[in-house]
Amino acid sequence: MGRRFTQHVTMARLQDTFDRRAVVIGSAQAGLGVLLAVRMGYISVAENSKYQMEAESNRVNLTLIPPRRGWILDRNGAPLASNKADFRVDIIPDRMKDPQATVDRLGELLALPEVAIRDLKDRLEQSHGFQPIEVASGLDWDRFAAVSVRLPDMPGVIPQRGFTRFYPTGQSVGHLIGYVGAASAEEYEKDPSPILITPGYKVGKDGIEKTFEQTLRGIPGARRVEVTASGRIVRDLETREDTQGQALQLTIDGPLQDYAARRLGLESGSVVVIDCATGDLLCMASMPSFDPNSFSDGIGRVEWKMLSSDDHVPLRNKVLKGLYPPGSTVKPMVAMAFLEAGLDPEESTVCTGGLRVGNRVFHCWNRRGHGQVNMAKGIYQSCDVYFYHFAQKLGMDVIAPMAHRLGMGQEFDLPVLSQFYGTVPDPAWKLKKYGREWQSYDTVNATIGQGFMLANPLQLAVMASRLATGKKLMPRLVLDKTPPTPESMNFHGDHVQFIQNAMNEVVNGAGTAGRGRLPFEDIKMAGKTGTAQVVSLNVSHGKGGPWKYRDHGLFIFFAPFDKPRYAGAVVIEHGGGSGAAYPIARDVMTFMFDPKLGLEKLHALEQEWGGTAQQRLARKYASFAEEAGLETPKPAPTEAVIAERVEEADVAAARARPDTDAAVAPPPETDSPPANASPASGVVTPAPADAGAQ
Amino acid sequence: MSRSVIPAAVARQPWRVILPLVVLVCFGTTVLYSAAGGSMTPFAQSHLLRFAIFLVMAFGISRAPSDFVRLVAYPAYAVVLLLLVLVEALGAIGGGSQRWLNLGPIVLQPSELMKPVIVLVLAQFYSTLPTGMIGSWRAVVPAGVLIALPMGLVLLQPDLGTALAIAFGGVVIMFLAGLPLRWFLAGGAAAAVAAPLAFFFALKDYQRQRVFTFLDPESDPLGTGYHITQSKIAIGSGGFAGKGFGNGSQSHLNYLPEPHTDFVFATMAEEWGMLGGLLVLAIFGLVLHWGWNVARTSRDRFAQLLAAGMTATIFFYAAINLMMVMGLAPVVGIPLPFMSHGGSSMLTNMICIGTLMMVDRWNRTPGARRLG
Repeated sequence: MGRRFTQHVTMARLQDTFDRRAVVIGSAQAGLGVLLAVRMGYISVAENSKYQMEAESNRVNLTLIPPRRGWILDRNGAPLASNKADFRVDIIPDRMKDPQATVDRLGELLALPEVAIRDLKDRLEQSHGFQPIEVASGLDWDRFAAVSVRLPDMPGVIPQRGFTRFYPTGQSVGHLIGYVGAASAEEYEKDPSPILITPGYKVGKDGIEKTFEQTLRGIPGARRVEVTASGRIVRDLETREDTQGQALQLTIDGPLQDYAARRLGLESGSVVVIDCATGDLLCMASMPSFDPNSFSDGIGRVEWKMLSSDDHVPLRNKVLKGLYPPGSTVKPMVAMAFLEAGLDPEESTVCTGGLRVGNRVFHCWNRRGHGQVNMAKGIYQSCDVYFYHFAQKLGMDVIAPMAHRLGMGQEFDLPVLSQFYGTVPDPAWKLKKYGREWQSYDTVNATIGQGFMLANPLQLAVMASRLATGKKLMPRLVLDKTPPTPESMNFHGDHVQFIQNAMNEVVNGAGTAGRGRLPFEDIKMAGKTGTAQVVSLNVSHGKGGPWKYRDHGLFIFFAPFDKPRYAGAVVIEHGGGSGAAYPIARDVMTFMFDPKLGLEKLHALEQEWGGTAQQRLARKYASFAEEAGLETPKPAPTEAVIAERVEEADVAAARARPDTDAAVAPPPETDSPPANASPASGVVTPAPADAGAQ
Repeated sequence: MSRSVIPAAVARQPWRVILPLVVLVCFGTTVLYSAAGGSMTPFAQSHLLRFAIFLVMAFGISRAPSDFVRLVAYPAYAVVLLLLVLVEALGAIGGGSQRWLNLGPIVLQPSELMKPVIVLVLAQFYSTLPTGMIGSWRAVVPAGVLIALPMGLVLLQPDLGTALAIAFGGVVIMFLAGLPLRWFLAGGAAAAVAAPLAFFFALKDYQRQRVFTFLDPESDPLGTGYHITQSKIAIGSGGFAGKGFGNGSQSHLNYLPEPHTDFVFATMAEEWGMLGGLLVLAIFGLVLHWGWNVARTSRDRFAQLLAAGMTATIFFYAAINLMMVMGLAPVVGIPLPFMSHGGSSMLTNMICIGTLMMVDRWNRTPGARRLG
C-alpha cells in the first residue's frame, strides 16, 4: 500500500485524502462536542441534586453557639456563679498554618504577658488538634477588633462574642462551686458531642459545676452563615438562639459563705454552718482556695506553682476531704451516749490530772486536775479524766453507735464529687482492719476524739446540729421548694437541754471558750472546743514550733443555745489549738445575727492581714509571677494530673494518722489550749476572759 | 434588499462567524461581569475591549494576500522561536521560569503566538513539498523538527498544555497533508509506549499529581483534586436553567478556583445551567463548522491546510478546557476561547479567526489561483 502511495501520489489524490481525513477529524470533533453536551447534561441534570447539596454545604457553615450556663444561686437568689458577656479569642490548632508564629502574633495583638504566651504554647503542645484552646477572654473592643481585622492572615483563630463564667465572690466559693474549663480529650471521648469542641464552650470541672453539669449545660444555639472558601463570613442566614441552662439554687447563704471564707484569713481551715430547722448547708467555706474565675482558661504555670507549692493545700476542699481527729469536740456526743445509756449526769468522779488505765497513766489536759467533776463540768471544762473514767465503765459499744447516729463516719447524700467519711472505731472495726483486739486504751482515746477517730468538718457540723436540736438533720445543698421535716433523734427526757446548757457553759460560763461569747445580750452561742494533736509531744510541742506539727484547732457550735437556729463547725489546720477556731465561729455567728457588726470585725482583721483574700491572692500571684514565672518554666499540668495530685495528698493525709497513731501507743492528751498558747498562732490576741476559762 | 443598503465591503465580511462570536464574547462578558461580583471591572470591560481591538486586527489579517502570507511564514516562525529562546534566557538570568515578555504596555506570551505560527509554517512546508515526497522521510523529518523545537522550549518553561496544543496543531496538519496512515498508527503505538515512560520520568511531580487527581479527584478533595471537584459542583449545582445571573455561590464565594479564566465555563454553567452550556457548545460548533467549511472550499493546498490547522487549534483550546472543567481531562492551564479573561488567549484565537477570515476572502476572491 505504501508503495502504491508513493508511486501514485498526485495532487488530486492528496486533495482526496484531505477531504476524507477532514471528515474524519470533523466527525471526531463533532463527536466530542456531543460527548461534552451529554456530560454537561449528566452533571447538571442527572446529578444535580447531589451537586446542589455539595454547593450548599460549601456555602453554608453551621456554627454552634455555646449555650449560656445556668446560674448557680444562693438561697436568697443571689448569684454564686453567673455569666459575663465578653469578647474572647480561641484557636483551633488543626486549622492553623503556623501555630507558634500565630500565637506570637496574637500575643502582640492582645498584649498578653509573656507567661501567658508560654502557657498557651504548652497547651498547644498538649492539645489534640481539633480542640479549641482559649487564648484570652474578657477582651476590650480594641484588642478584639485588632484580631478580628487580621483574620484572613490567621486561619484557625476564632474571635467571638461569648459569655464567660463569673464567680462574684471568687475564691470564697472555689471549692464548693468548682470551676469550668474547656472539655478535655477524655471528656470528649466519653461524650463526643460537637458542642464539646466548640470554641468558648466550657464544662464543669469540679464541685457543683461538675456534678450538675447536665442541668447547667443548656442547649446550644446554631448559626447558619454564608462563608467564602477562606472562611470569611459573608452574611448570617439563620440563627437559632441557645437555650440557657437551668438555674440551680443552693442552700448556701452567699454572703455568709463569703464572710466565713474571708474570716478564715491566713489560716488553713474550714467553716461549716447548718440551718437547724432544715439541715440546709448555709456555708461550706474552705480556705485557702483558688479563684475559679482565673481557672476557666486553664491553669497557668505560675498559678500551678503557687498552688502546688503551698503547704496549706489550696486545691483541697477541706470541708469534705479534710480528715481530722475530732479531739474534745466529741465529748458532748460521748456525754449524750452516756445519758442515753442511763448515766446520771450528776454522778461524778475526781480528776487528779490523770487516770491509770491498765499499766499506764492517761493524763488530763490539765495536769493539776479538775477536782470533783460531773458531766456538765466534764463538758465545759473538757475534763479528760471524767470521760476516761465513765467510758471505761460503759464501754465503746455505747459510744460508737451514738457517734454514727450523730453523723460521724457517715457519708451524706450530697451532690458533691467525693467526701472522705473518716472513722468511728469500734472493736469489730479494729479487728478487721488491724487484726488486733480492742484495748481499753482504745476506748480512752476514742472518748477524747483521738487515736483512730477521724472526721471531716461537715460531719462535725452535723453532729453539732443533731445534738443541738435532737433532730435527725440531714445536710442538704440544693434548695427545693419543700423544706424537709427532720425526724426526731428520740433522745430521752431533757438530755438535749442538758447538752445545750453544758455547751452554753463552754462559751458563756466557766468553760474553755470564754472568748467565744457573742456580742449580744440576748443571743448566746453554745459550743465545744477541741484540740487535735498532730504529732507526738516528743516530736514537737503542739502550740508552737513548725507549722505542720502544730495541733489542729476545732470548734463545734450552735446558736442561740436554747433555741438553736444555726449549728456548725470550724476546723483550723495546725492552728495551735481550739483558740484559733472558736473566735472564727464567734464572728461568723455575729455576722449571722448582725451582719454589720460582723463585717466591722472582719475589716479590722483584714487590715491586719494585708487586704482582703482577693487582694492577698493577687499579690501572691504577682510575686510568684515575678520570681518564678519566667525563670523556672514548668509545664502546666492537665486537670487530670491536678486532680490526681490532690487526691494523692488527700489519701496521704487520710492514711497517715490512723497508721502512725495505731502503731504508737496513744500519747497523753492535751486538750483545749491554755489561753497563753494562742499567740503561737500569731493571729489573735487572747482576751482576758480566757484566763478565767482555765 | 439589504445589498442595496449595506456597502459591499461590509456585506462581504463573513457574518456567519462574526455574529456567533459576538454573541459568545458578549455572553462571556456577562459571566465575567458576574464573576467580578457584578462589576464591569476588572474583567468584563477589558474583555470586550480586547475583543474589539483583536477583531479589528482580525479584519486586518484577513486583508493579507496569499503570497505575502506564504512569504512571511518561515520568518515569522523564526521570530517567535527566537522570542521563546529569549524568554527562556531571561528566565535563566532572572533565576526562575518565566513565560512572559514585558514589552512596555503589552505582556507578550510567545508560546501563545507559536500556536498559530506552527500551523502557518507547516502549511507552507507541505504546500511546497513536492507531492511525490509525501510518503518519504522528507515529509516527516523537517516538519518534526519544526514542531519539536518550539515544543521543547515550551516544555522547558514548563507549560505542558501549550506544548500539547502546539503538537496537536502540527500533527493535525501532518495528518491532513496526507502522510501515510500507518505512520500515525505507528506513532500512536509509540506514544502509547512512551506515555508511561514520560509519565514516570519526564513529568514534574505536580503534573503527575494532576494526572492522579484527574483519575480520582475525590482522593484529595482539598488538595489538587479541589479544582476539579469544585468545578463539577459548580456545573452540577446549576441544573437545567442555572441559579440565575449573579447568584452563583461557588464562584462568588471563591470556592471555584480561577472563576474568570480557566474555569469560566463552570462559572457560567452555575448561573445559566445546562441551557447556557448548550449555547456555548452550539456556538463553538458553528464557529468550527464554518472553519472546516472554509478549509474544504479552499482553492489551494496552503490555504486548505492553514484553515484546517487554525480550526483545529481553536478546537483544541475549547475541547481541552471543557473536558477539564467537566472532569474529563486533567487540569491543564488552558483557557476557554472567547470567554476566559486573558489577553494572550484572546490574541491567539483572534489570529486564528483572522486567518480563517483571510482564507475565506481568498476563496471568494475571483481569479485566484486554482489548485496546483
